[in-house]
Amino acid sequence: MFKVIRDLLKYDTRFRIAVIFLGAVMLMFFLSFFSPYDPNEIFVVPMDVPPSSEYLFGTNSRGQDIFWWMTFAVRNSLLLGVITALISRVISIIVGLSAGYEGGWLDKFLMSINDSFIVLPLLPILILLGFLLRDILNLFLLAVILGFFGWPYDARLIRSQVLSLKERLFTRTSVFSGTNSFSITMKEHLPFVLPIVFATTINNMLWSIGMEVTLSVLGLSDLTTPSLGTALFWANQHGALVAGVWWWIAAPALVAIILFLGLYLFFQSINEYIDPRTRLRLIGG
Amino acid sequence: MNRFFWRYLVPRIIQFLTIIFVGITVTFIIPRFSPTDPVEAQIAMIMARGNTLDPASVEAMRAALTDMYGLSGTPLQQYFAFWGRLLRGDLGPSLANFPTPVSEMIKQAMPYTVSILIIAVIISWIFGNLFGALSSYYPKNRGLSMIETLGQAVRPIPYYIVALVLLVVFGYFIPIFPFSGAYPIGTKPNWSLDFILTFIHHAILPAATLVLIGFGGWFIGMKSLTSNIISEDYVVYAETAGLKENKILRNYIMRNAMLPQLTGLAMSLGTVFSGALIMEVVFGYPGMGSLTMNAVYRNDYAMIMGIAIYSIIGVATAVFIMDLLYPLFDPRVRYQ
Amino acid sequence: MSLLNVKNLCAYYQTELYGISRTVRAVDGVSFELFPNEIYGVAGESSCGKTTLIKVISGNVKNPLKVISGSVEYKFGEYAVDMLHISKEELRSSVRWKEISYVMQGSMSVLNPVRKIIKTFEDIITTHDRFTNKKEFLEHARAHVNRLGLPTEVLNSYPHQLSGGMRQRVAIVLATLFQPSLIIADEPTTALDVVVQRGVLQMIKNIQAMSSNTVLLVTHDMAVHANVADRVMIMYAGRIAEEAPTEIIFNAPLHPYTQHLIRSLPMIGERSDKAGLRGSPPNLANPPSGCRFHERCPEVMDICLTEVPEMITVGEKHRVACHLVKENYL
Repeated sequence: MFKVIRDLLKYDTRFRIAVIFLGAVMLMFFLSFFSPYDPNEIFVVPMDVPPSSEYLFGTNSRGQDIFWWMTFAVRNSLLLGVITALISRVISIIVGLSAGYEGGWLDKFLMSINDSFIVLPLLPILILLGFLLRDILNLFLLAVILGFFGWPYDARLIRSQVLSLKERLFTRTSVFSGTNSFSITMKEHLPFVLPIVFATTINNMLWSIGMEVTLSVLGLSDLTTPSLGTALFWANQHGALVAGVWWWIAAPALVAIILFLGLYLFFQSINEYIDPRTRLRLIGG
Repeated sequence: MNRFFWRYLVPRIIQFLTIIFVGITVTFIIPRFSPTDPVEAQIAMIMARGNTLDPASVEAMRAALTDMYGLSGTPLQQYFAFWGRLLRGDLGPSLANFPTPVSEMIKQAMPYTVSILIIAVIISWIFGNLFGALSSYYPKNRGLSMIETLGQAVRPIPYYIVALVLLVVFGYFIPIFPFSGAYPIGTKPNWSLDFILTFIHHAILPAATLVLIGFGGWFIGMKSLTSNIISEDYVVYAETAGLKENKILRNYIMRNAMLPQLTGLAMSLGTVFSGALIMEVVFGYPGMGSLTMNAVYRNDYAMIMGIAIYSIIGVATAVFIMDLLYPLFDPRVRYQ
Repeated sequence: MSLLNVKNLCAYYQTELYGISRTVRAVDGVSFELFPNEIYGVAGESSCGKTTLIKVISGNVKNPLKVISGSVEYKFGEYAVDMLHISKEELRSSVRWKEISYVMQGSMSVLNPVRKIIKTFEDIITTHDRFTNKKEFLEHARAHVNRLGLPTEVLNSYPHQLSGGMRQRVAIVLATLFQPSLIIADEPTTALDVVVQRGVLQMIKNIQAMSSNTVLLVTHDMAVHANVADRVMIMYAGRIAEEAPTEIIFNAPLHPYTQHLIRSLPMIGERSDKAGLRGSPPNLANPPSGCRFHERCPEVMDICLTEVPEMITVGEKHRVACHLVKENYL
């Protein structure tokens, strides 16, 4: 494992950038535990002060230090991403494995529903949900809901992998030698399925945090909890751009960009390293 | 022809109907789980606006709203009534703009959204694929590498943020594009050349947001597809046979790589549509996105529901149409 | 008057990724000649360097394959071609398909799946020739297809509508469109059933007889060589072990490897046991010193471990690279 990281650090620029970006984000995450200000308190510092050495990201119209507020935002958004990723992993593995192994009617049925979820425009549906649940909605609930919508793409990938594994000779050998199917799944197939799960986890996080930002900006989330999306929401509420308090919008936007780019580059470079076909391409074969 | 019909068309039709069925049912079920009672909330809102009503009128209103929301009777009865109204195209009146029907407002806003969507999707798909294929065939080209970096940098960023950045940069700092609306305030939409020009001028930034994000995705997908295809037997064969490079690129590589990308296009329509909605919010563009935001802001539950339904049916239909067109491109599906 | 003259060809695969570099010495000092009007077979087990040799000869050198040294020179009548230094454009417009054509390994998938076969014909013909009208071209294509024994309906089909054997034959028909001086056939009969194999081999023999050109036939299947080849070259681990007319290879082989190869072929009526060679083919990234066969050779001598055996001529068109043979011969 460490060899992988060492190789990538040495040879892949994207990975290095990703590590720097993600490092910055994780730094903010940890700093949130040392924040001198409670994010729910307002008017604790002078309002609308531009970024300076005293206030790293400046202060906003509610009298909050933006930098320290953002550390909480980062923490919450990351937690949301992780929770959604966990839930949707579980669902996608269950669906993917069952559809792949059972085949027949179960497969057709599951895939029908699966594809419907992929094709359906999720935002209007989530908006409807968010609208109706806005009173009881908190970030955790949102994470759970997103988890229930984010599995179809990955379930399909897992299913194709299972289908191809079923046909492979080593599977048939195991079956003919009498190993029970659970053993086969666990010992022989899981090593093939897990890389897919890993690869899609980051993709899923990108999606869920992005969804959170979108929904919060519309005001359909728990607006008292700091997150990347609610930061933008409050900035818009107070007309930040028009009032000239541009740093209130720039800070969350910048942090969001660094987070997303960091995750994406990390995902791309590891994927390319693992996938033997891209290796061939890089060699020029 | 018969075989084709059964093997290809019928499963696709069933899928189309399934998607609509699943989508509409989800849209139906969700409000039923809401802790807020839309009827009571509505009445509360109307009262809060300063209208005082006698109990009899409130009762009458309650009955009317319940009926309108389709909340009378058992859930099963409600479900069928729901479908009945849907098939008649009746989505009820908008609550914020009572009594204008929801469908009428949506139909007004739809052309704006759809026009930008179609153009942006086509541009980003064609150019993304084109450049992706080229960058794979000529891997040392620096211009293409730069384009690739740009595409990769934009791709993971949510639509909202990209729209925001574009707005700030091109509407604010370098004000060459207007940063709100589809046309200047006060002008009435018409078909004159003037209007069309200013329409395009206003549409560029919104469309650019969609194009930028989509471009990156298609580029990268096509690049990896193409590099797999380049090592396929029939491409190597074409090269060995001495065919010219651009002929190979066009007829052998792109014709084949296009096929999975077409399928991908159909799959991505839902996501792009969602992106278009949120992008309109940033630019104040008077399409379905702004309609949605207004509805959320003004608690117009009926409108939100209506938009959800229209979106589902619209995207499912678009995907279905693409499915029908696919055999035109892939002869393997045509003659099985 | 040789058609092709290959001298001391060395071609390696050099890869470098994430700080690890590797060199695979796939073709290491190969010299041979091809003459007009013959069928020349190249035999050897998997990863002996056959396909790499073909790639270099046909001008298909792409990263990570690199030609390190040696020469590959053609003489098509009056037209001389130095394959290692020819420009891409000249190679594409004057040599490919007109002088050298290639029937690839696994020709099932060499046809573009989204285009009709006639379109592929059209692509190839229009690249190398100018037909004044479409009718003339179609006639020409149909005639050619018929001449080689295929039904003309083939032209109007898509590749997936034809069987594997049929596609193989279409590939061969395409290869002969311009009556090239050299046809390279790489494993043309692998993955085909015996009946179709016969058809394909017959087709190749007919073509060669009709146009008196040269066919370079690469396959590990010795039966095919016995059937069609005039001369056979045995390759082992990137080098030539032995080269001789077919009868001599089969009846009086001299190199220990060839001897073993021939002994392992079953013959009707024979009941003796067959034994495999000990060991396995060498790793060409780290090949053994001296003669590359020394680790498995039943007749190995001390000198084999240190010195590379040179190629000596022991008879009419018969060459061997082996220390033992050299000793016996001198």
